[in-house]
Amino acid sequence: MSQAKVPTWVSVALIPFLNIMMAFIVSGLVILAIGENPIEAAGYLIYGAFGYDEGVGYTLYYATNLIFTGLAVSVAFKGGLFNIGGEGQAYIGGLGVGLVCLALDHTMPLYVIVPLAIIGAAVFGAGWAYIPAYLQARRGSHIVITTIMFNFIASSLMVYLIVNWLKEDGRMAPNSRTFEENAWLPYLHKILSPLGIEIGDSPLNLAFVLALICCVLVWALLWHTRWGYQLRTLGTNPTAARYAGIDTAKVTIWGMLISGGLAGFVGVNEIMGVNHSLLLNFTAGYGFAGIAVSLMGRNHPIGIILAAILFGALYQGGSELAFEIPTITPEIVIVIQGLVILFSGALEHMFKDRIEGFFIRRAVA
Amino acid sequence: MFETLILMLDATMRVSTPLIFAALAGLFSERAGIVDIGLEGKILGSAFAAAAAAAIFGSAWIGLGFGILASVALAMIHGFACITHRGDHIVSGVAINTIVAGLTVTLSMYWFSMGGQTPTLSGDARFLSITLPFANALADVPVIGLIYSELLSGHNILVYLAFAMVPVTSWIIYKTRFGLRLRAVGENPHAVDTAGISVAFLRYRALIICGILCGIAGAYLSTAHNAGFLKDMSAGKGYMALAALIFGKWRPVPVLLACLLFGFLDAVAIRMQGVVIPGIGEVPVQAIEVLPYVLTVLLLAGFIGKAIGPKAVGRPYVKERA
Repeated sequence: MSQAKVPTWVSVALIPFLNIMMAFIVSGLVILAIGENPIEAAGYLIYGAFGYDEGVGYTLYYATNLIFTGLAVSVAFKGGLFNIGGEGQAYIGGLGVGLVCLALDHTMPLYVIVPLAIIGAAVFGAGWAYIPAYLQARRGSHIVITTIMFNFIASSLMVYLIVNWLKEDGRMAPNSRTFEENAWLPYLHKILSPLGIEIGDSPLNLAFVLALICCVLVWALLWHTRWGYQLRTLGTNPTAARYAGIDTAKVTIWGMLISGGLAGFVGVNEIMGVNHSLLLNFTAGYGFAGIAVSLMGRNHPIGIILAAILFGALYQGGSELAFEIPTITPEIVIVIQGLVILFSGALEHMFKDRIEGFFIRRAVA
Repeated sequence: MFETLILMLDATMRVSTPLIFAALAGLFSERAGIVDIGLEGKILGSAFAAAAAAAIFGSAWIGLGFGILASVALAMIHGFACITHRGDHIVSGVAINTIVAGLTVTLSMYWFSMGGQTPTLSGDARFLSITLPFANALADVPVIGLIYSELLSGHNILVYLAFAMVPVTSWIIYKTRFGLRLRAVGENPHAVDTAGISVAFLRYRALIICGILCGIAGAYLSTAHNAGFLKDMSAGKGYMALAALIFGKWRPVPVLLACLLFGFLDAVAIRMQGVVIPGIGEVPVQAIEVLPYVLTVLLLAGFIGKAIGPKAVGRPYVKERA
């Protein structure tokens, strides 16, 4: 069965569409099973996500995190690595951002803090990915297991650091002091209003622009550099990569560093853009959601942007939905997310083989 | 001091029980060549199904039955994706964990409207402690009395079952024809296929056993250890069981020891909260909490022994085409 004979629109549009539809149909059945109308639910969902300014802002704010984690998963995936540790890398990335902001917000202006915080996020996120990457590349430890372990280690480390060292004195709440305003990443509605563009208040901030820049950079890196070619070769056929003289250990480690750094940028959006303090559990499952985003976006930046917006819409629309129909909880979005992973990831061959077979037979006939 | 130790070991047994069931579940699955990240989801799904059924029917045993059914159903989804459709094992496991995390809350809100919980269970709806014969009479005997009455007696039936499952698993894996084939299919499925045995059927059966054991682990959490289902109550136990499985190098008795070690660390972490050790100061609870994960990473890195899993684990089996 050669891939070449299958029309492009089938593999980039039809099959992903069918997989997503399956996920939505099963989610619809779940909603039906709890006695609600799926069509009505979908209506509220779409209205909540896109129906008004603030909704769109929230959708894009959620999408920002998902673009970062989706890119993180896909860069590793292109190299044949399953980085399931996005959650931990994002958490530690946030620590990097928080430390930069806490250290500099009294003395430095925003334009100094922003680049340093971005570097902090990348370095901390990448650093957290480094050990699993090194162990995979040099000692053959399975990266899936080590990154899972590192998620738990990150979580305990953050509790320890925040509760024992970074917590505001005399307060019970486990979070750091609020940063001074010159360490806040500007909200988009505040930037756009002097330009005469009025959008509703939402947590959407400049990190969204950073996410789009990352998409372009990842695209250029993967498909237009020698290193990107090496990474993709490694992912497609490790044996061929070794025979071609590619230093696979080095490519593996760098692939994971970039992946971890991208995941760390969630911290820029959450810590610097929205919460303005370092707090527990701000990653809220975005690392795992990144797996769904990257699977659905077929590991391509454009696909990831679209998938991230779709999932962002589900997150935002899901809150609206829970408000309108109280029997449906926002957790229904998690179910949909899981079903997307199931149908476009684990069961990808279910439709693919048959549909591709159909088109190949038609091409031959 | 001795009494404290006994109490901690007692706690260790309670905490280790779900780990033992889940790690043995993972052992059956991984020995057959199927990676199971979805232990976590199966435990959570079963915990919910068991608590819900126990609440409705007022019987812990019916709860256990439903828990097992839910867990086996999830294992079959995993099998359908990984065996029948040759999907990625990790992706399928992540999918199952995610679906269950959302679905349990959604369904419990729908059925019980208690913010993602099930009603508190009591009486026959829970597995209660069993007092072993003469436990009270022997309690005053020095040393042995305490060990017998505190450590060995006074657990619910599932705790004893967990420990009994270890020799049973050993026997199935090493002494039966099914076990031999199971191990073979995880090492070299081609050889098994050549011998005329269905790789897919064998792996499905391994997953059914895996589902049953995870089902008991989940039911234990919600109907024995706790009195009802709470949102996300599996709290990483499936992943810790996976760590124990690796730490025990995919062998039943070492896996049991790993589970007991991790359970003991948990008991230590709880007891050490706020305790100041002379010369060292207060040991942060988190430092003890992360030990199971750190130890597993060190083992995987080859610093303490070497963990080598079944050879064909995680790889979909494709029959040679003519």
